[in-house]
Amino acid sequence: MSNQKKLVAVTAIVLIAVFFVATYLFKDAKVKETEKLVSNNRASLIRDYSPSQGSAMLKVTLVEFLDPECESCAFFHPLVKEILSRYEGRIRYVVRYAPFHPNSKFVIKILSAARLQNQYWETLDLLFKKLPEWGSHHNPQPQLVWTYLPELGLDIERIKVDMNDEGIMKMIDQEIEDGNTFGVRQTPTFFVNGRPLRSFGLQQLEDAIKDALAE
Amino acid sequence: MTSKSFNYLFLGWVVSVIATLGSLFFSEVIGYAPCSLCWYQRIFMYPLVLVLAKGLFPLDQKVYGFSLPLALVGWVFALYHNLLHWNIIPENAAPCRQGVACSTVYIDWLGFVTIPLLSLVAFSMVIILLFLFNRNFTRENSNV
Repeated sequence: MSNQKKLVAVTAIVLIAVFFVATYLFKDAKVKETEKLVSNNRASLIRDYSPSQGSAMLKVTLVEFLDPECESCAFFHPLVKEILSRYEGRIRYVVRYAPFHPNSKFVIKILSAARLQNQYWETLDLLFKKLPEWGSHHNPQPQLVWTYLPELGLDIERIKVDMNDEGIMKMIDQEIEDGNTFGVRQTPTFFVNGRPLRSFGLQQLEDAIKDALAE
Repeated sequence: MTSKSFNYLFLGWVVSVIATLGSLFFSEVIGYAPCSLCWYQRIFMYPLVLVLAKGLFPLDQKVYGFSLPLALVGWVFALYHNLLHWNIIPENAAPCRQGVACSTVYIDWLGFVTIPLLSLVAFSMVIILLFLFNRNFTRENSNV
């Protein structure tokens, strides 16, 4: 190899290495910053009103910021449920909202109204399952949601009244504010015992849960 | 022996690599969403990494003709983007109304260094280095 080729090859390697080192350092700093934000704002990570499964006394708490109109959340939802059932009785699961899509708030209102009829988790499962129908990016049809709800035996008329409760709007504003506090910019965003995932992924989520359980 | 023309082209390539990796760092690592003008500048910067590298081995004057148009068009987009940031062109005249506004300022180092300014500097450097490469290549090869 000529000296010139060596020069170019070494330069390329150095620049790419700098890129990856900078990436690592940036992510590391970001995780530490978020951890600090969480420890300074413990009360904002889980609100009293937040839908949750499992006792608050459990050792591990998984907080998920989700958007009911987000495909990635819909994809993760059954996988998260699978993890929760595998570690049943050992993990508390808390849902927070990050409404990033045009119809997110509409659906969050319906979910909150369904919660009053004790059908919150069933409604969430169903809406995620049907998301490809009602939440297609090219042709979103949120009205379709009304056609799914009778399947769960929900009182639609009551939902239509309850969903317009002012408390729900305030709750959504609070969710957005708390999401901003923790720098939630994508959904789903997971926190395991207040710690964000180092990088996004199912395996990373499971590893974080395993580590928290083993601690 | 390394010729002056090689050095100039090599430096131009280094600038394009830094600009490429830097822009990817901003969007993929930090998470700044690129606006449409940013995309046009990327379209003209990224190929320079490969085109300039190819021109180095063997050192070929033709690379000047292949890469200068890319750099010049990218430079015009970068200039336009900066004029927008400096409020010389009003924002509603910008061709980007959806998604991220091109007038969004993500970074502001020392009060004047923004991402479009870095882009303009990078394209300017590539253009200057290409001129120097071309002139020195002609000189070196006519002396021989």
